[in-house]
Amino acid sequence: MQLNVNGSPAEVDAEPAMPLLWVLRDLLDLTGTKFGCGIGACGACTVLIDGRAARSCVVMARDAAGRDIRTIESVGGAVLRALQQAWIERQVPQCGYCQSGMLMAAAALLAQSATPSDEQIDAAMTNICRCGTYQRVRAAIKLAARSVPRTL
Amino acid sequence: MKRRSFLMTALGTGGALIVGWCFVPPRSRMGARDTLPLRQDAVSLNGWVRIDRDGDVVVAMPRSEMGQGVHTALPMLVAEELDVPLARVRIEQAPLDAIYGNVAVLVGSLPFHPDQRNRARVRASEWIVAKIGRELGLQITGGSSSVRDAWLPMRRAGAAARAMLIEAAARTWKVTAGECIVVDGAVQHLGGRRLQFGQLVAALREVPLPGEVTLKDPQRFRLIGSPAARLDVPDKVNGRARYGIDARLPGMLYAAVRTCPTLGGALRSFDGDAALGMPGVVRVSAFSSAAGCAPGVAVVANSWWRASQALGAVRVDWDLGPHARLDSAALLADMRAALGADPGVTLYQRGKGEVALLDAVHVFGADYSAPYLAHATMEPMNCTAQWEGGRLRIWAPTQVPSILRDVAARAAGIDADRVEVNVTLLGGGFGRRLEVDFVPQAVWLARDVSPAPVQLIWSREEDMTRDFYRPAALARMRAGLNSRRMPFVWVTRTVSDAVVPQYLARAYPSLAVDMPDRTTVEGLFDQSYEFAHRQCSHVTYRSPVPVGYWRSVGHSHNAFFTESFIDELAYEAKTDPYDFRRLLLARHSRYRTLLEYAAFKAGWGRAPSGRAQGIAMHESFGSIVAQVAEVSVARGAIRVHRVVCAVDCGTLINPDIIAQQMESGVVFGLSAALYGEITVKDGRVEQRNFPQYEMLRMADAPLVETYFLPDGDAPPGGIGEVGTPPIAPAVANAVFRLTGQRLRSLPLRLQP
Repeated sequence: MQLNVNGSPAEVDAEPAMPLLWVLRDLLDLTGTKFGCGIGACGACTVLIDGRAARSCVVMARDAAGRDIRTIESVGGAVLRALQQAWIERQVPQCGYCQSGMLMAAAALLAQSATPSDEQIDAAMTNICRCGTYQRVRAAIKLAARSVPRTL
Repeated sequence: MKRRSFLMTALGTGGALIVGWCFVPPRSRMGARDTLPLRQDAVSLNGWVRIDRDGDVVVAMPRSEMGQGVHTALPMLVAEELDVPLARVRIEQAPLDAIYGNVAVLVGSLPFHPDQRNRARVRASEWIVAKIGRELGLQITGGSSSVRDAWLPMRRAGAAARAMLIEAAARTWKVTAGECIVVDGAVQHLGGRRLQFGQLVAALREVPLPGEVTLKDPQRFRLIGSPAARLDVPDKVNGRARYGIDARLPGMLYAAVRTCPTLGGALRSFDGDAALGMPGVVRVSAFSSAAGCAPGVAVVANSWWRASQALGAVRVDWDLGPHARLDSAALLADMRAALGADPGVTLYQRGKGEVALLDAVHVFGADYSAPYLAHATMEPMNCTAQWEGGRLRIWAPTQVPSILRDVAARAAGIDADRVEVNVTLLGGGFGRRLEVDFVPQAVWLARDVSPAPVQLIWSREEDMTRDFYRPAALARMRAGLNSRRMPFVWVTRTVSDAVVPQYLARAYPSLAVDMPDRTTVEGLFDQSYEFAHRQCSHVTYRSPVPVGYWRSVGHSHNAFFTESFIDELAYEAKTDPYDFRRLLLARHSRYRTLLEYAAFKAGWGRAPSGRAQGIAMHESFGSIVAQVAEVSVARGAIRVHRVVCAVDCGTLINPDIIAQQMESGVVFGLSAALYGEITVKDGRVEQRNFPQYEMLRMADAPLVETYFLPDGDAPPGGIGEVGTPPIAPAVANAVFRLTGQRLRSLPLRLQP
């Protein structure tokens, strides 16, 4: 099966029903995407599929084939770069385990809405963070929204 | 007075031996140069500091990073004394050696009231326990003790390193050491010459360790006390940070496990034939119980998903065991009966104790309860192991590498020195990773598939149903009031399981002793409100539900009991809850000042319309935290909008990390206060994944503000857990003010 991950084609020996999370982690060694619950409830495994946030533990490999998959390891996107910079600026991560998913969910949000309101942030950011970084995630999203080049 | 020193009794058994041994000076924690692994292009200066050829300072790191910022705070201590920018410091996992053992966590577990802090007997006990701790060398990250423990040893190591760098440069230049200083990672001579640290590597080999070291005057601190950026953050925003689950080794296999569905059950037999025929499957094994893990079956495959799919095809005949009917509602009823009938063991008494209730004009009492709680770290339990040539290599997110090594060695039947432990980053700990129950499973599987490394990962369902839960607890709180309705007698009786003996029995079965457990009454006996008479008793209720250390341990529920009951007493005295607490702290100005600071910052008494404020203060792990929560209620749901935290944690190391930990402690405590409850039915834990064990999320998270009362003269207090205890009572107290409902059970549920 061929997948398009972070802008490059990747040939993987995956069953059609294998969740994208495990294709990324165990077959492609892209370990930045995390396993948290396996049922799409916590958001630790969030990636972008065609620019939208998706919980990769409940997306089957066959449904991801032929689509543009972006993980935390992707480089070059201005939105993700701005978010990562803001995450550092606001010192968001603690244990950090949920942060790949947080960042990808935020990237999808900013791609949809350049300057999201608090209500939009609440609606888009439903990932669980057990360390309680929520208020810094919110602050960092707002900071990144101000710094993303407007040409996007 | 007599029974207060319950833990000391155990420690005192070897009395005579100890007396003699006390005259031997405590073991130094500086460490010899060969404590650290030797490197060609680098030089070790002591057990903590190595200088690399490129001038980087490498600091030995014996503590685990689980979010609390210790991989930044500890290097700051060395960098401060060494006058090197934090960016030039790298960390490497410390080897297992006694100098890295956590002494402060043991001293912190002594059962003393803070008022006794400077008494000779208390100081002597602390000195002896510290001395024992230096011998034990337990590498534990827990008890909010990492900075407290490292405060002197790591600064001394940095200061010693600085003296050696200066000496090396002085010898190179043939000048006296007094003419040289360290500036920004280089040694500089008065004449202007400079040598970078890296240029001194060869000369340093000839410089002896200094006998005495002088620490910096805290007035001259530049890094300590600054909100320095965390060293671990850059890799945590780009996916490079490596947790246990991210260990990748050539030829590595993955394992999924399923344990007996009931607590206390066993495996009769299994049939793995169907599973063995599934894609990628290498092996199907059964395992027994060790270190607290439950018996079950495992599938090893070439991806974790394939292993977990095949696990579903393994047919197992379970022996559901003696607790197959276990029901937490029945447990609770049983505990309630014990609360009424059993006087328990008095763990603390001051003045006349309970008897003084007879002198009271009025006795006021209330019963409280708290449920079992799971840790639910975001990274599920996991462990990677490789068994090859009689040696074991382990990669694990653990809070206890030295205990893990011992348990792994026992499981493998080899000596501990044949086990190598690599500590990864932890995707959350909260006390769950003090346990090593998953280690024997990984070791046995590694033996099955040797020499291939195997990565064991628990499903979320295993993680949640096979936790070591925060004990459920009931409390009967009573106070004796005088004619002005002010309390002068404080009597508590609690019923819960005891964590410490269970933990010891799991980690070191030979040490299994039934002993009084300080954690059952911490937060009840050790607060500073001024009551002339106190008595804190506890009934240990053994249940088949395994219990463990959960962020802030006994304080997590006892703070709810104490600070809610204090609030009730304030209303009994017809006094504002804030003013009431100040009255009870008349002779404790440190506490009173902090409370006043929190009230001032929160604007006490001026809640926005539709909201109410609740206040709570709690001391734990050497720090005091006062919180004011601003709460509203809409459609039966409690909503917390703003939490003001005032913190007195002595010397501040990194105020931004402390603020993070307040935000973290509040959110963690709020998840528990609003939603957290583990229940058991038919011997099974009912909550299996997040929707059933809900967490606070972004939309419901309050804004947390943190303020400090810095005390530059006091050593640093604990931080990782201290934000959690006050939040539940602060919210419950606000709910009472808003609705008139006094919620005495966690999680907080409003009556319709």
